[in-house]
This record gives sequence, structure tokens and C-alpha cells, in this order.
Amino acid sequence: MATVEVKNLVKSYGSMEAVKGISFTVNKGEIFGLIGPNGAGKTTALRVISTLLQITDGTVEILGFDVKRQPTEIRKLISYLPEDAGAYKNLTGRAYLRFIANFFHDISTDEMVAKGIEIADLGDRIDDKVDTYSKGMKRRLLVGRALMINPRLAILDEPTSGLDVVNAQEIRKIVKNTAHDGTAVLLSSHNMLEVEYLCDRIALIAEGKIVEEGKPKALMQKYHVNNIEEVFVQVVA
Amino acid sequence: MSSLGNIMKKELRELLTLSAILPIILLAIVFGSIGNSMEGFQEEFTEPPVLGYINEDEGNLSHVAISFLEKNAEVVFNSTDITDKQQGLEYVKQKDGVALLVITQNFTSNILNETQGEIQIYWIMKGAGILDSISSGIVESNLDLINRAIAQALIEENTTVNATIVLSPTSRIDTTYFKNRVIGLSPGTITGMLSSQSTFIPIIIMMLIIFAGQMIISSMALEKENKTLETLLTLPVKRTSIVTGKIAASASIGLLFAVIYMIGMSYYFQGFQFTEGINLAEYGLVLTSQDFLLIGISLFITLIAALALCMLLGTFAKNFKSGQTLVFPVTMLAMIPMFITMFIDFDTLPLAAKALVFAIPFSHPMMAPRALIFNDYLLVLGGIAYVAIFAIATIAIVVWIFKTDRLLTGSTKKKQTKGLASLFMKRR
Repeated sequence: MATVEVKNLVKSYGSMEAVKGISFTVNKGEIFGLIGPNGAGKTTALRVISTLLQITDGTVEILGFDVKRQPTEIRKLISYLPEDAGAYKNLTGRAYLRFIANFFHDISTDEMVAKGIEIADLGDRIDDKVDTYSKGMKRRLLVGRALMINPRLAILDEPTSGLDVVNAQEIRKIVKNTAHDGTAVLLSSHNMLEVEYLCDRIALIAEGKIVEEGKPKALMQKYHVNNIEEVFVQVVA
Repeated sequence: MSSLGNIMKKELRELLTLSAILPIILLAIVFGSIGNSMEGFQEEFTEPPVLGYINEDEGNLSHVAISFLEKNAEVVFNSTDITDKQQGLEYVKQKDGVALLVITQNFTSNILNETQGEIQIYWIMKGAGILDSISSGIVESNLDLINRAIAQALIEENTTVNATIVLSPTSRIDTTYFKNRVIGLSPGTITGMLSSQSTFIPIIIMMLIIFAGQMIISSMALEKENKTLETLLTLPVKRTSIVTGKIAASASIGLLFAVIYMIGMSYYFQGFQFTEGINLAEYGLVLTSQDFLLIGISLFITLIAALALCMLLGTFAKNFKSGQTLVFPVTMLAMIPMFITMFIDFDTLPLAAKALVFAIPFSHPMMAPRALIFNDYLLVLGGIAYVAIFAIATIAIVVWIFKTDRLLTGSTKKKQTKGLASLFMKRR
């Protein structure tokens, strides 16, 4: 059984259709990337799968649970990292991880917090207030928060957005390791190089529709180009 | 365009938003309405008071007093027999009058024998608001003028009455009928005492509501601004728990404020227990511990309702700045009953105004102290029940919104909403 099964997903805001009937699957231990320019419908699709937005049409199942009917069950299995997400500024990094860990009961809270601290790798600064963190530190804390609970599905929206090269690379490594440990990862990005490095499979999305899908290498061969960016340009053009 | 002009144009465009202008316009409307109401009260000042009298005295000085009343008041009842007192009171009440004056037997002879002539005044008090006492105030000043007219008559007749009596020829015995009570004080004294007690209470309650409301709206706005809300909503926690958790936390702080407020208020009331040498407890014009408990309950439930309403408004906030603007409707809703309860008694309001004041949940703890002093438990308990229903309904709406897209997208049907809230947000 696929971890994520999206069938003909439609999401409208009034008369505007942001997602126009997309379908894809994500398997256990796989990193699946939704690739597209700003406004293509990536974030909307991820928000629907994360139970944040209601489905207009189609179905989304996560490990057999229906997003529309069983959102509470799904929230126990997933972890969502929104683009530009923040943490509570008046809490320390450790207190923030503990606050989140308290909502999950499958693993001990201490164990989750320890894992979160390890992933965030903030050293002594973990006991400083989030307000004092740099953007990179904050993002690492949030990645730690997202992955410490051992989710069955990690949904990462632009996980390295706005980070410097070093921080971005560290986060990519963490994501790879997480998938290696069996977590299905669904991520969105408009950084084609990152996608090429990280993803096992990708779907190119433009104007709310999936216009191409496959393994990065296979797509590059299919379109006789050297990188995903060129694939994207060819497909969209 | 010059650089200065360019910067000014940009600044004006940023500062002059609908959300900045709307509060000022609404405030102007409120003050304008208050001004109009004041004009109505000014008219009341110039109208002669409606009253009745019984004159048991046959001397010339009582006639001086009566002729003054006939000239300066609208006399709707007169008699010379004290046994008509009850009938007179009923009649004056029917005619929406202020008082029945009784000039006692031997009024003239007492003054001529150097004893003050006695005037008994039976007041019909309708409300304890500052503006409710205008008519009785006019009668009180008429009584001073009667004293002067009698003094003038005594001087003109070259009587040998001593100067003290000439300067103050009459004495008053006040009896006030108010809210099924008979109180041996004048309406002016009662109003003064109750006003001094209730002037600050509505202000404190208004501040409490605005402060607690601001806390929860800011909390919602910050969740959105700091992008923590999306994470919170994907955690395995029920929407109801998020809403009630936020309200309960703010309510706990609110409760703490309420307790501090109640302690302060009980000391405040003790300070006013002896007003102008009058022991208010003697007249039953003090609050019992049970009354304080009811005020506390009313205040706490109102706080919950205020917080639920603010949370509802907070769902429209996009960031901290817009959240601050959204406190404005709550401020208005707290200010309207504050002004009304400070100046006018709920009982003397026209029916439509009564309905409006009752419908605003924040009115109830403001009205409760005065209502409880006069044992109006129906108003207080009815208010508590109404506010509780209001709070539950508002919480249910907030939970529903938390289950829809509105919280994140600003609307369940984006680009189709034409409501005021969408207008508000669009310009921000």
C-alpha cells in the first residue's frame, strides 16, 4: 500500500481552481517532489494533504485513511513543515520541541525531544529563546520538530527556502536520512537542483496540473537535457 | 513628482486605510449621538416639573409657596386633605410626575412662632442615572426658591421672626419611592451616592474586557504572523481543544483580573458606605456577599463571551497590526453600555435602547451592581443566562471556522466574500 495516494484532487477558492485534478502516489521511504513555479498549486496541494484545507473534489488517502473523513487519524501519522514556518518566540528551542512532543503519545516525550535536539543540532543555543535564533537555526529547529516524532509521512514545503548553502545542505542530508529510515517524504520546491539531488521521483506542476512525472534521471533522458530545470522549461513551454 | 511629494504620497496611501478611517468615523458617530441625546436632556431642563401638592395649612405663607408652585410647575393634583395622599401619589405617578409635596398643618403659625414650617416631599424616582435626576433637581431648586419667596414675604410684612428662621423658614422631610422601596432620602442624595459608586465600575469593566480581548486577538494574530498556526492545526489535537485552550488560558488570566477587581471594588464600596454622614446599610443600599458572588459570575461569563468574540474577530486577523485594529469593535461594544450605565438607569431607557443594551453582553456586569442593590435579580440572572448562551454560540462559531479554510485563507470562498471583514482585510 502506498503511503500517500492522491486521486484527481481538485481544490478551488470560490471560482478559482488552484489545483485541477492531480493524481500521484508516494511510497514508504521514498522522497517525492512536487516541482513548479510560484503559484503553481504546490503549497495548496500540500496543505490539503496535511488536512489544513478542505478538498473540493477527488480523494487523498494516507496509509488508508481518508483526509476528508479521518483527519484526526492522519494528523497522528504526518508531520508538516510549512514554508516560512515559525516557532513560538517566547519559548526556548527545547521548550518548543517539548510542547510539540506532548501532542504525540507513541514514543516517550523525552525520546522525541532528544531526537529533535539532535536533528536541530543547535548546541547550547537550544536553551535560548527562539526569538534570538537566526533564520537558519530556526529552520533547523523546525526540521527537528517535524522529524522527531518519526512520522510515517513528512510533508515539507520548500524545506531549504531562504537558507544559506551550508544550512541548506545540512537539512537535505537530514531529509535523506529520514527517508532512509522508512519515512515517506513529500516535498515541494522550485529549486530544481535540490530536487535532482533529493528526490526519488518528481511531478512537475504548472497552473494546478501535473504536466510530467517520473524519476529525475529518466526525465532528463526522455527530454535529452542535463538537468531538471531544462526538463521543466521544455515541458511547460 | 518631487522626492518629498513621492514619499508623502506613499505614506498617505499606507496610513489612510479603511481600517484607520473607520474607527474615527464610528467614534464621531457615537459622540454625535451622545450630543443629540444631551440636547434632549437640555430640553428636559427647561420644562416645568410635573408634581402635586396637599396643603393642610390655611395661613398666608403656605399660599406663598403654593402660588410659586402653580407658577413654576405643572401641578396635576392638589388637595387640602392629607388622607388624599395615596390617591395623590398614584395620580402624580400616572402623570409621569416627580413628587407630591405636603405642606403640613400649622405651617404658617410655626414659622411665625419661630419654628421651621415642615414640607413633606414624597418623591417618585424612576432611575438612578445622573441624567434621570434632572426633574427632581429642578424641584429641589424650586424648594430653595420657595424658601426665598417666604423669606421675602416675612421681610415685607415686617414680622418679628428671628433672622435664622427668616433665612431658612422651611424644613424638608424626604421620602423616595424607588424600585419598590421606600427610602428616607431625596433622589438627589440617592443618585449622588449610587453614581459615585457606579461611575468607575463600568470604566474598570470596559478596560478589563478590552485588555483581555486584546490578549486573545493578539494571540491569534501572532499565531498567523509567526506562521505557527499552520503547524498547530496539523497536530493531533481537536479544533475544539485549540479554541477552548486559548479561551481558557485567557479566561484564567481574566479571572485573576476579575478577582483583583472584585477585591478592589469591595473596598471601594466600603469607602462609600458612609456618604455625607448617611449609613447606606441602614437603607439597605449595600451589596451582600451573595451579590458580590453574582457580580463575579456575571463578570467572568462576560469575560468568556468577550474572549470568544475576540477570538472570532482574531480569525480575521492577518498579522499583529491588523489584530490591533480588530479590537476596535469590542472597544465600541464595551464603551456604549459604559456610557449608558454611567448616565441613565436601564429601567428608564426606551424599549429599543433597552433591547440594545441588553443585547450587548458587556452591559450586564456593568448594570449588575446597581440592579443588585435594588434586588433586581431577574435582570442579573437573565443577563448571566443570556451572556452564557452568547458565549457558547460564539465558541461554536469559532470552532466551526477552525474547521473550515477561512482561518488560513481568510474566507471559505475566496474572492467572493463581499462582507465588511473582507473589505477590512483587503485594504490592510
